Amino acid sequence: MTDTLTPVLTEYWDQPDIFTLEGYRRTGGYQALPKALGMPRRDVITAVKDSGLRGRGGAGFPTGVKWGFLPEGDSKPHYLVVNADESEPGACKDTPLIMANPHVLVEGTAIASYAIGASHAFIYIRGEVLHVIRRLRHAVAEAYAAGLLGKDILGSGFDLDVIVHAGAGSYICGEETALLDSLEGKRGLPRNKPPFPAAAGVYSLPTNVNNVESIASAVPIVLNGAGWFAGMGTETSKGVGLFSLSGHVTTPGQYEAPLGITLRQLLDLAGGMRAGHRLKFWTAGGSSAGILTDEHLDVPMDFESVAAAGAQLGTRSVQLFDETTCVVRVMLRWMEFYQHESCGKCTPCREGTYWLVRIFERLEHGKGTEEDVDKLLDIRDNIVGRAFCALGDSVGPPITGAVKYFRDEFLQHQKEGGCPFDPAASTLWGRSS
Amino acid sequence: MPFTEEVRARLDADADAIIGKYPGSRSALLPLLHLVQAEEGYVSRDGVRYCAGKLGLTETEVMGVVSFYTMYKRRPVGEYHVGVCTNSLCAVLGGEQILAELREHLGVTEDEPTPDGKVSLEHIECNAACDYAPILMVNWEFFDNMTPDSARQLVDDLRAGGQVRPTRGPQRLCTWREAGRILAGFNDDQATDGPAAGPPSLAGLRIAKEHGWSAPREAGS
Repeated sequence: MTDTLTPVLTEYWDQPDIFTLEGYRRTGGYQALPKALGMPRRDVITAVKDSGLRGRGGAGFPTGVKWGFLPEGDSKPHYLVVNADESEPGACKDTPLIMANPHVLVEGTAIASYAIGASHAFIYIRGEVLHVIRRLRHAVAEAYAAGLLGKDILGSGFDLDVIVHAGAGSYICGEETALLDSLEGKRGLPRNKPPFPAAAGVYSLPTNVNNVESIASAVPIVLNGAGWFAGMGTETSKGVGLFSLSGHVTTPGQYEAPLGITLRQLLDLAGGMRAGHRLKFWTAGGSSAGILTDEHLDVPMDFESVAAAGAQLGTRSVQLFDETTCVVRVMLRWMEFYQHESCGKCTPCREGTYWLVRIFERLEHGKGTEEDVDKLLDIRDNIVGRAFCALGDSVGPPITGAVKYFRDEFLQHQKEGGCPFDPAASTLWGRSS
Repeated sequence: MPFTEEVRARLDADADAIIGKYPGSRSALLPLLHLVQAEEGYVSRDGVRYCAGKLGLTETEVMGVVSFYTMYKRRPVGEYHVGVCTNSLCAVLGGEQILAELREHLGVTEDEPTPDGKVSLEHIECNAACDYAPILMVNWEFFDNMTPDSARQLVDDLRAGGQVRPTRGPQRLCTWREAGRILAGFNDDQATDGPAAGPPSLAGLRIAKEHGWSAPREAGS
């Protein structure tokens, strides 16, 4: 029986110098890299495949399978791109990971690059986290100086250059093909697929794009073996992951646990909802993953079970809202976010998010009607599946959940001619000024 | 006013170093825009022209990129640019109130600097620190667990030139322009300042240790 919490990537975050090469080495750092470099590339990919690791950036695609998509034996340069553009509302795991332990990401980057035959890796990190960028650059510089990056790494004959690339403020650049356009110095617009990045990614060359946590997870997998990782979690959602609790919870923070843990277990550990309040609704994996209620406390948080409950595991970004929170207000802010971040390339997303904001505004201010609630669902159906990329699809799940569980609350706004909630009551200080 | 010879020479040295890092030169555009923003405090027409010239692009192509990304400012902002998160979670926990009170306190609109040029204010979207909500950023450094009072005190201190330290960040808060240089790819010496992790980042680890919980050491039988 695996323990309830299983710190792997977070295990040494309480060491004050874990972000330095010396601190990281003291905890056993940079032992996986020489092991990987001593294995045939194919065996590294097989290990990650066998571990059952599924993409930790939200989509859950098997990481090893993705690595295996890159051509073998071709003469073209290959690239690894690490997606550190963490911007999903509620997602806050990659950022503290890099701040605390940038070297595990550097080591994972070297292992993944070796496995896919890349001699250049980019770490595309959102620009709005300056100190995290400093830490990452510092780690990369230390790794170069120690011969862990650069030419002939550890005498293996493998060369790798790692470039830390700061973004400039754009949620859509977390979408992997938009990220590639951005990395090429363009507006971050999503690309048509196929061709997939494995065939034509950055500079139209074979490219693998992975989330930070996925890349970092390759380090303990290589070190401890595929079976070790696969022995945790559930049958189809193996291993451990970071669960990020935020909102009206007594102890918000990062909880690293086997996939399949329930919200009831997590909330117990976190001291429950703030004193005197109860859970009203929550996200399992950020705003785009939809909302659930206290009916879902015992849903195992793995990819399949959360999907069966009508939401998505996504990035395990658990935002918790108590009974003081107006669901229409939360939805309005999210919709304003999607409208703001829509790149404008496709009509359903560009126009759809615009009209969703107008309707949610009406509803929040008590000027909406029951017809407006149905109109939300109609617009949703005209965006999801018809938008060019996943950003458009992302507006669907939260609308679905909000209307399904809280239709009455939408109508209550109309009856009362305004929002029935006091926004001051939901603040952490509970007063208006 | 186009850049002087001296400014251009300095920019050229930095720009060439940036461009040299990338297999494809156009990849240097985002860092170059951070660089010209560090030079002038915003991306001016001259900055656009400079980047276009360096990379063999048209000004229109560069302008299209500038207008796409929110971190590039087309007018001067404050020496300390304050971003208050008002995405749903921070907004509900108090971010919306913090932003409203700061706006009133400073008497400025979005991205508009105070008359002394010290502080400007922007609403920002989720900044990946939800477990520290409500948060705000100053020149993209973390200020965690804010209240209306602590936020007001913070901007007053910034305007008065007092010592201000990010919650998880360097000893010395960079100016807006200095932050731009770091974004462009140039390091300062503050990477090892500050904690590895704040208390929420350690919440699960602390509880695991209390219970003696860990991942298995090796593959189970």
